[in-house]
Amino acid sequence: MTSPEASTELSEGGSAGTAPAPDTWAAAIRSACSDVREAEDSDLVDGVAPSLVARPASTEQVSEVLRAAAAHGLSVVPRGRGTKMSWGMPPTSVDLVVDVSAMDRVLEHAAGDLIVSTQAGARLRDVQQTLAAGGQQLAVDETVDGGTIGGALATNATGPRRLFAGSWRDLLIGITVVRADGVVAKAGGRVVKNVAGYDIGKLMIGSLGTLAVVTEAIFRLHPLPETQQWVTVPVDDPQDALRLVQSVVHSQAVPTGIEVDWPVTGPGSVSVLLAGKADGVAGRARTVGELLGATSSAAGDRPAGWGSYPWGDGRTGLKLTFVLTGLGDVLAAARETGADLRGSGGTGVVYASVADPDRVPAAVERLRAVCARHRGSTVVVDGPPTVKRSVDVWGPVPALDLMRRVKDRFDPEHRLSPGRFVGGI
Amino acid sequence: MQTLDGIAVAEPPSEGAVDGLAAVERRARELIRPEGVISDHMRLRTYECDGLAHYRVRPALVVIPDDAEQLAAVVRACAEHQVPFVARGSGTGLSGGALPHADGVLIVTSRMKTIRELRPQDQRAVVDPGVINLDLTRAATPHGYYYAPDPSSQQVCSIGGNVAENSGGAHCLKYGFTTNHVLAAEFVTPQGDVLQIGSAAPDAPGYDLLGAVVGSEGTLGIVTSTTVRLVRLPEEVRTILVGFESTDQAGAATSAIISAGIVPAAIEMMDALAIEAAEAAVQCNYPAGAGAVLVIELDGAGVEVGQEYDEVERLCRENGSFEQRLATDPVERALIWKGRKSAFAAVGRISPDYIVQDGVIPRTALPEVLKAIAEVSERSGVRVANVFHAGDGNLHPLVLFDDSVEGAGEAAEKVSGAILDLCIGHGGSITGEHGVGIDKAAYMPRMYNDDDLDTMQLVRCAFDPDTISNPGKVFPTPRLCGEVPGRHKGAHPLQEAGVAEVF
Repeated sequence: MTSPEASTELSEGGSAGTAPAPDTWAAAIRSACSDVREAEDSDLVDGVAPSLVARPASTEQVSEVLRAAAAHGLSVVPRGRGTKMSWGMPPTSVDLVVDVSAMDRVLEHAAGDLIVSTQAGARLRDVQQTLAAGGQQLAVDETVDGGTIGGALATNATGPRRLFAGSWRDLLIGITVVRADGVVAKAGGRVVKNVAGYDIGKLMIGSLGTLAVVTEAIFRLHPLPETQQWVTVPVDDPQDALRLVQSVVHSQAVPTGIEVDWPVTGPGSVSVLLAGKADGVAGRARTVGELLGATSSAAGDRPAGWGSYPWGDGRTGLKLTFVLTGLGDVLAAARETGADLRGSGGTGVVYASVADPDRVPAAVERLRAVCARHRGSTVVVDGPPTVKRSVDVWGPVPALDLMRRVKDRFDPEHRLSPGRFVGGI
Repeated sequence: MQTLDGIAVAEPPSEGAVDGLAAVERRARELIRPEGVISDHMRLRTYECDGLAHYRVRPALVVIPDDAEQLAAVVRACAEHQVPFVARGSGTGLSGGALPHADGVLIVTSRMKTIRELRPQDQRAVVDPGVINLDLTRAATPHGYYYAPDPSSQQVCSIGGNVAENSGGAHCLKYGFTTNHVLAAEFVTPQGDVLQIGSAAPDAPGYDLLGAVVGSEGTLGIVTSTTVRLVRLPEEVRTILVGFESTDQAGAATSAIISAGIVPAAIEMMDALAIEAAEAAVQCNYPAGAGAVLVIELDGAGVEVGQEYDEVERLCRENGSFEQRLATDPVERALIWKGRKSAFAAVGRISPDYIVQDGVIPRTALPEVLKAIAEVSERSGVRVANVFHAGDGNLHPLVLFDDSVEGAGEAAEKVSGAILDLCIGHGGSITGEHGVGIDKAAYMPRMYNDDDLDTMQLVRCAFDPDTISNPGKVFPTPRLCGEVPGRHKGAHPLQEAGVAEVF
């Protein structure tokens, strides 16, 4: 067992690189969990090689594994289906991947209470399928195909419908986590309205696995809409796009999503999703059609690219945020810097990507300045490790010291996903 | 120390505490106009309780800063001298969250009440903590916007207090709570540092510290400015008052509405006793002879509200409603809401004393829990009037008693506690919107185990390792924060004395 003194050394070094050789601790992990194997190439965490992969089947097993990892000072990276392992910075060290994909059950869909309880390894799409059978939905978008609930929480991945229902923080009502020391803790509960105790769940969202391993989550649900309709208009001037988005935002048409698609090569478009009862949607689609103008058209199918991030292999993905009136400036800057952009113009959260690695630093600098002017930020979400190491991925992070203090309390030895998060957390 | 039996007793402060307080007072007097620093015993009494008046503690000092700078300087002085402080907005809280500390400073934000920015084009406003909830909506309404969280006390409660308590309101069924409407804050840490947390744009990078601060009941620090989301006023609003013979019928109608895929802005229920009280107080003219009424509000785009109304009307009828009244203009709507909004105070008309309870159950458990409450009431002979947010299962049973009758207060406390046990037993919560404060700290272990509470304590220790920010609230046992990263340096004197647990 590592002494507290030695743990302090580790934390100050920011890595568990001095951990004992695998054969001395592998046995401990194997005795904590029946499904443990040597890591393979496909288990790389953003280019960093783990030694072992443990695939626990329950919260209790995750706890056992993390207790064993704590005893041996191991660095641990949690993983769902591994669809977003290149988000954030590469970890400074990883001995063990804790793969929660075996914990893939929807535990309870209480339709009458509009809640669902699910294990963290459940695929979002499977959860949605279960809910749809009861006429309900978890009002988030599957922005990365095949990902899990736990992964979506860890990365705070959101899409168009955040305009309607907010983001993960607005839907999560209860959570079970396993801390770095193996302690299992719950917060919140299975009722939507609950102000007892601190909202630990919100701290977990977007934390990239640096505070604890999420094993179960409970969400509030929404009814599935009877009908959906998209009204789309081509636009090619950033200020026109701003004007159109503003007209819909300030209308009373209750849009579910307002997306802007803005490829470098043009032309761009603004698409508005309306959802609800058939008559109502038809009426509101007409209203929005009038706002968007004569060149707009309505369709029952989603426009190409709707709800997906504008990047693929090798490209560098950015997340840009701004207050609503900043949209025009952001669109103009994206085109100038060679960034393809798509996202929620109606909430001020859009995603962009840059193909040429050499252009990334300049694009990030420029976009960051524009977003900051509009009270938001630019973060490099995803991309090749070499590119991410060439730029300031996070940009300025106010209250970083306080965030470090939170990290130090939850994971004093800095063994959970070390280095993946802001300020090297 | 304070006792939990309703009457708080102050032990004589130690000499060090007296010196520390004197130093904080000196600093406060250097910074703040004379009327803003109160140490006169008689005047301190004004502040000895919040909206939960049966807990009273006279603070050692009250400061009323004019701005964030003064406030932060007072907190810094408190930190330097290890003097506990408690923040207070309008003092309307119902869980004793702003109950003063006998050896500490009460920091009142009521003079910080400027709306700094109103930016409907960005759907944002930036407000001081003392801004009154309804004043923000009033300022935003001419622009077609409003501030959605609407606690019943919205005419007097402050945004700062709402942030501390994560206040809800009748309309949070559809629109969420304070935490869903706050994007950024200027925040004074218990060390007196002024930090920006969150941003006016969504999803600020890093941990969601704001998510932890909102609803932390002043135990993590003090918010001195808040950036909130403004919500577009709906095209149409319809409020329906529906009379039923029984709460069972009203509950069944509520379930039917939710099952039909309708999310009303609000569904409120009152039982016969609550209706009787409201009638006595404000003559709201609710359906005569009703065993229960529902107040249902639908809002949104005109076409859909019309459709939903037809469906709600039908579902209520099918579940036994005997009278329905529709209000579409603001005056008629206000009349319907009058009875509901006056319900707590109205109970004073039918009972000399009462406890306002705040518990939550899964909505589908409503009929069962109401039956159980009725049984508890019958067994104990203590009357209970029920007012609640039926849509989200947030119960506000009003437990009636006469304090001049010996043992009546105790019996009422017992019933009130039994109701919370019912909530916990059904997988619910001990508080939906009033907060834990001092009142329910002792119930926290019934809802969370030691590991859960320890994990919350990690957050407390990150923000406030000296535990000077509103100590004694929310958590049942005083705890000390160990050194990071957890090396033990021998027992703390309080631990040795058995007063506190080292965490």
